[in-house]
Amino acid sequence: MGSKKSSRRRFIQKGAAFAGLAATPASLAIAPRAAGSQTRGSAVPDMNSMEYVLYGERSRFVNAERILEGHDHHEVNRPRPDPYRPSAGTPIHDLVGIITPSSLHFATQHHYGIPDINPSEHQLTIHGMVDRPLIFTVDDLKRFPATSGIYFLECLGNRPRPTDKTVNDTHGRIACSEWTGVPLSLLLQEAGIKNGASWIVAEGSDAGQHTKSVPMAKVMDDVLVAYGQNGEPVRPDQGFPMRLLVPGFEGIYNVKWLKTIKVVDQPYLTFQERSRFLGPDHRSSHFIYELGPKSVITFPSGEDRLPERGNYTITGLAWSGGGTIRRVEVSADGGRSWTDAKLRQPALKRAFTRFDLVWQWNGEEAILQSRCTDELDQVQPSANEFARFWGHTVTEIHQGMGSRFGHVNFIQPWKVTTNGMVHNSLET
Amino acid sequence: MGWCTIPWRPSLLAALMSVVLCPVSGAQESSFGVGRLATPEEIRDADTTVGPEGKELPPGSGTAVQGAAVFGQRGCPLCHGPTLIEGPGPALVGEELTGLSYYPVSYWPFAPLIFDFVRRAMPYDRAGILSANESYALTALLLYRNGIIEEEDVMDANSLPAVVMPHRSRYTEPPEDWQPGRPRPWTDERHGRE
Repeated sequence: MGSKKSSRRRFIQKGAAFAGLAATPASLAIAPRAAGSQTRGSAVPDMNSMEYVLYGERSRFVNAERILEGHDHHEVNRPRPDPYRPSAGTPIHDLVGIITPSSLHFATQHHYGIPDINPSEHQLTIHGMVDRPLIFTVDDLKRFPATSGIYFLECLGNRPRPTDKTVNDTHGRIACSEWTGVPLSLLLQEAGIKNGASWIVAEGSDAGQHTKSVPMAKVMDDVLVAYGQNGEPVRPDQGFPMRLLVPGFEGIYNVKWLKTIKVVDQPYLTFQERSRFLGPDHRSSHFIYELGPKSVITFPSGEDRLPERGNYTITGLAWSGGGTIRRVEVSADGGRSWTDAKLRQPALKRAFTRFDLVWQWNGEEAILQSRCTDELDQVQPSANEFARFWGHTVTEIHQGMGSRFGHVNFIQPWKVTTNGMVHNSLET
Repeated sequence: MGWCTIPWRPSLLAALMSVVLCPVSGAQESSFGVGRLATPEEIRDADTTVGPEGKELPPGSGTAVQGAAVFGQRGCPLCHGPTLIEGPGPALVGEELTGLSYYPVSYWPFAPLIFDFVRRAMPYDRAGILSANESYALTALLLYRNGIIEEEDVMDANSLPAVVMPHRSRYTEPPEDWQPGRPRPWTDERHGRE
């Protein structure tokens, strides 16, 4: 799929380049602007073209891209298997609202690539402890009543580090989309679940056949077999033509390119999940599914610069696998005092919740941070509280102990210096 | 819940009937009728995930000696080193928790899981090419090199599930009563806020 997409991009860029060189120089030329005025009327360059009409493109002045993980990623020194398959994070600094454009949704392939699947040849098999093992095509799924929900999706590896520069680095392995599909409970009802069935094992079509076990209580609650993402078919890097969507659970549960669901009576502890059950500490032996309450200020955040004193609107995102975000507090003094931020609507269950708070910067140093509380009264911990729970120092937590701590959801501080520069202020 | 079918050409009578036939809390178990029955062959082809008890293990067998040969033939030393410990990929022998998310082979709670990993996910760049015999042989090699079985032990669908992993007791069963929307385990354990 990568080649198709990039060839289309190349085509458009080529077309634009030609247009700029010869065809319509007048329409592309930007009229000189009088100081303080906007270009308008006939002076505005015309973007109308067949390409833009058939499939829209963003403004050439908008250039947010996914954040490639690798060169200054914390795992840079790890040996790269060959072939190297890049992963990239969401540029959450540039998001507005709560929906992540599908083209900017973080893309972690679990290192086995993105299969190029013809949907007319793809099918979903449901078998195991069922009365009627069934096979569904994509068209079959679309005959069922669909459900749509706006849900965040976060990689368990979304961990901030003191060496990270921007909020894209610290929190970029997350996105929030409207997902559309069939509740898996409906499909299991068609197949008929046998007594004693308590788990499903879901398997994808990628080369590594990514496989995850999901408890039946969750399946019957809100798990989707999703074929739609933000109003269009699920993108290939998100599991085209269908994926499992397990709202609020660790990202790795959301099996892409879904091809098989086996109904079973125990978790299957597949290779993508085995490490979580045998940690060095009894607490990591828990089966912890739902991600904890987490929030981060996206503006002002690392590498931003406040040009002058005065009013700014602090904004950010909050989410919790446990449900709805009930409260977000913001501190400008490193956590000594807190003020409730305004929760922008809609504030949905297991979705990004956008918060805002007007703040006047007086030119002095400030430490900005947010903490959230969800509907279960779970409160986002500080880094110290998080480390204390695990019986480690903050330094040890940062030193890459990996996924054995489960979801890392501690508070992210940003320091505003007197010259207006903003830096990651996580203590090492 | 049962399915409520809306007639293609609605009429007052049909609408009334659908109300009568489809109460909100209906106990109907009628099928929606979409999707086809899978054949035994299709189920067999789809049933590739091997669980902790090894019920799905395929026919075939292998020993550590055979595994050592497969290890070289399939290019495994490129990532794991000639004697399974040099890297640059994860060391496959030893008890050391080496950071990040790699866990030593010996820490896996059930031996069939090793077979499942090897067969479906290795070699990294050509996942899926290993036969059942090759996968049994590599599994035997890993178990032997970690001191869990003898070099001549034959691993197959019967013997592999019977292997007792050394850290089996560290495995904690999942909570049976878990329901969505329960607070995470540590919420109650934390002592106040800073």
